[in-house]
Amino acid sequence: MYNAKAVIIGMVIFVAVFSSPFWLGWIGQDYTKTGVVLPQNEKTCIEDTEFMRAQHMRLLNEWRDKALREENRVYVSALNGRKWNISLQNTCTSSGCHSNYTEFCEKCHVANSVYPYCWTCHIIPTEGK
Amino acid sequence: MLASLVLVLLIAAIAWIGAGAGLAPFFGVVLPYVAVLVFIGGMIWRMYYWAKSPVPFCIPTTGGQEKSLDFIKQAKLDCPSSTWGVIKRMFLEVFLFRSLFRNTAADIRENDPVNQGPRAIYYSSKWLWCFSLLFHYSVLVIVVRHFRFFMEPVPVVITWVETIDGIMQFGSPRFYWTGGLALMALLFLLCRRLWDHRLRYISLLNDYFPLWLLLGIVLSGLCLRYFDKTEISQVKIYLMGLTHFSPVAAGAINGLFFVHLTLVCVLLLYFPFSKLAHMPGIFFSPTRNMATDSRRVRHINPWNPPKQYFTYPEYEDTYREAMAEAGLPLEKQPEKAAE
Repeated sequence: MYNAKAVIIGMVIFVAVFSSPFWLGWIGQDYTKTGVVLPQNEKTCIEDTEFMRAQHMRLLNEWRDKALREENRVYVSALNGRKWNISLQNTCTSSGCHSNYTEFCEKCHVANSVYPYCWTCHIIPTEGK
Repeated sequence: MLASLVLVLLIAAIAWIGAGAGLAPFFGVVLPYVAVLVFIGGMIWRMYYWAKSPVPFCIPTTGGQEKSLDFIKQAKLDCPSSTWGVIKRMFLEVFLFRSLFRNTAADIRENDPVNQGPRAIYYSSKWLWCFSLLFHYSVLVIVVRHFRFFMEPVPVVITWVETIDGIMQFGSPRFYWTGGLALMALLFLLCRRLWDHRLRYISLLNDYFPLWLLLGIVLSGLCLRYFDKTEISQVKIYLMGLTHFSPVAAGAINGLFFVHLTLVCVLLLYFPFSKLAHMPGIFFSPTRNMATDSRRVRHINPWNPPKQYFTYPEYEDTYREAMAEAGLPLEKQPEKAAE
């Protein structure tokens, strides 16, 4: 092998960089569960759990457009046809539902580095703090 | 072109159907481990293979005036004559794709006013440079952003990258520029092969396949983020299981995730054995890693056999008596040499 010293240094750097997902994960903690605390009083959200888990951000975005741009504050659930008031603070994070910000919203958001800009306008629910 | 597209679609379809048919442990656990091992092992093998190839001649690319007499100005970046100069040129090549920046296109202009007829014209063509640079940097940012799935807690650096990438705050989840730019650049690189007749003529399956594969990865990734979403907390739990060598069940993760993952695995499997290995390859190119010092330094071909020298003193030692007899001039006379 020619230029063995430089080549071996290059190989070591290559392996270090491209195996980083494996060894970097060991630096911090493991992540085996979200640790989300669900509301005690309510059993179902406005849509089914699968949909809410994957699509809540889209739903909230659509809600914002509906409420503020179309002045439509009524949302009909596809799950059971129940009518909901389109409002983050009065429906979603109201007392009795997802009012515990640190144990609900933040649990997944912080772990997955999601920093939504909901709270630049809305007030962060303080219950449970 | 179509064959490679069909191939990528087939891989995606196999992954989709496989994940749906309960083969998620194969596509989500076995394949990623194999792919990472093959990728790292294959690249090491590739680097070793290149490193043991001898370089018989001094063949650096000379993109300008070589170092010559003092009053002739040397093109230091394009024709480096020292190792430090080579490092500078390599840096510009790796980080700014300088050789693509210097790309020119030749064309025949009909009815040129200068010639009163057809004339060959040469002009600077920056498109390839622009879009390949865009693509590579976008992919770099995308890969860095993906580390949020591999690390807990997520380092603040990654959050900064995400903030800058999503600075326009479009939609929810926030639109990341790099995703769109990578897609656009890939489409350009593909269309370039299709529309340029000369380029299309020399394009083979192994030119189209990586493009389609990367397009598949980018499209499935964009789709997972913006359209057919899956719960990213579950994805993170799943990936952390993989990187901690204790795989967990896939649970309710969307099948599209496994398509995305499988396409990435195929890319990793394919990488070391394809033209994509230009990543380390650039450092092994004699045209790029050698200094243009052929007039000053003699380049020894490493496969030359060791030279048999017969120096003059040895010659004289061998033939001294005969030379003295013939009256030839000698450095040492026979009686002196005997002492």
